[in-house]
Amino acid sequence: MAMTTAGDKATPAVGDTTMTAVGEKTMTADEAVSRLESGMTLGIGGWGSRRKPMALVRAVLRSGITDLTVVSYGGPDVGMLAAAGRIRRLVAPFVTLDSIPLEPHFRAARERGELELMEIDEAMFMWGLHAAANRLPFLPVRAGIGSDVMRVNPALRTVTSPYDDGETFVAMPALRLDAALVHVHRADRRGNGQYLGPDPYFDDLFCEAADAAYVSCERIVDTAELTKEAAAQTLLIKRHTVTGVVEAPGGAHFTSCAPDYGRDEAMQKEYATTPWAEFAERFLNGPEKEGT
Amino acid sequence: MTVTRSEFCVIACAEAWRGAGEILASPMGLIPSIGARLARLTFAPELLLTDGEAMLVDVDGTVEGWLPYRQHLTLVTGGRRHVMMGASQIDRFGNQNISCIGDWEQPRRQLLGVRGAPVNTLNNPTSYWIPRHSRRVFMEKVDMVCGVGYDHAAGARHHRIPRVVSDLGVFDFATPDRSMRLASLHPGVTVEEVGDATGFALTIPDEVPYTREPTPTELRLIREEIDPHDTRAREVPEGVRA
Repeated sequence: MAMTTAGDKATPAVGDTTMTAVGEKTMTADEAVSRLESGMTLGIGGWGSRRKPMALVRAVLRSGITDLTVVSYGGPDVGMLAAAGRIRRLVAPFVTLDSIPLEPHFRAARERGELELMEIDEAMFMWGLHAAANRLPFLPVRAGIGSDVMRVNPALRTVTSPYDDGETFVAMPALRLDAALVHVHRADRRGNGQYLGPDPYFDDLFCEAADAAYVSCERIVDTAELTKEAAAQTLLIKRHTVTGVVEAPGGAHFTSCAPDYGRDEAMQKEYATTPWAEFAERFLNGPEKEGT
Repeated sequence: MTVTRSEFCVIACAEAWRGAGEILASPMGLIPSIGARLARLTFAPELLLTDGEAMLVDVDGTVEGWLPYRQHLTLVTGGRRHVMMGASQIDRFGNQNISCIGDWEQPRRQLLGVRGAPVNTLNNPTSYWIPRHSRRVFMEKVDMVCGVGYDHAAGARHHRIPRVVSDLGVFDFATPDRSMRLASLHPGVTVEEVGDATGFALTIPDEVPYTREPTPTELRLIREEIDPHDTRAREVPEGVRA
């Protein structure tokens, strides 16, 4: 097997079947987004203002695609897409910047009455992704009943246990995605994605629930490099669920991507306090990474 | 040494986890976090605590386990957890709102969203911490039910709201119709003051006890080990209510 060093983009040797162009999925963020269309349902990984695929979100913002259904444990990804008017419908249990509890652009869009929202509980959201990943129409969840989640989502149905307990649950519908966007620490050229931070969040589940998944990463490395210093359990995302791999150093910035970098609080504060048009001008056209 | 209001609040929060056993204490907010750590260091040593992200840690920060969100959500539905959440609004039956103020379709003020309040309240004991008791928070009917109260829970098998702690006192639902009752007053607070700051009819027992004093050991732990920089006074400033 040909051994290459991290980030080596040398052409594989003739006869080396492990790195043929067929299995390679590397592309730029703009190429990934060029495969998306207006009206799609997009799942966005990470959680709040943590490990959000911001380089991919920026590419979406640069593109013309709009009328999106966005499915997200929401952070600045939701705030930016809402501020830019790209979201037709949002599916989320919350939107927050963590260190700044209330997301200003999401807030403004909601207070203007512009955002159609499917507001569901954190657990309902997770089971919706599980249902989609498992090709099930729904999964029963003990959450939502008795709360106004049922009032504001009149399409939600309940299901009663067929066993002796007879308990009634929410039948959480599958959150099937046209595409998923996630950001991890390392990936190989075939789409095996590795996280090195404290929490995988639900990024693997987003990829499994989607018809196509685009994984950005801090660094593309040779496959053998992935497990040289990290345990195999860090290999969160499997290549059969991945359509495209994008090398994007600083690709989660300004959200946190520990241990590679923490949240850029100064930049986040600037985002939260600057009118969107003004911020977008600099943010969308600037370099991928600003002072992480 | 005079015990401050914020220290009574710490004790009132810590008491939520007394006798809870080997479960996860999930405090949200500063004073509940100090309370949970105090409980862990004193009368509830079996408690599990997190670092606010994915690690289970000792009070000194030593990692003893890993609890990413996906496992945390299973722990919630497994019931081995007592969470103390915040509330932008709470009503007489303990319905809680952190989602939005006003009409949900186009809120006057968009807040966080329902987060995990619906799953929490149907699966593990859920208490609440309100750092500034007022009629804007303690109101007759919340705008959006996130955390489920006793009237909406309709006897759900794992539903329980053990206590509500505010800067004025401790409240529970030990009444025939499971509506809110004044359980104890923090020293220095009067029944009238609580009544004036509450936007619904509260059950007031004939004799209302005071929230207990911290022991000298507890006071030393709060002041010297858990919160040496007195951040608790920023959440509940001394003398503001006088």
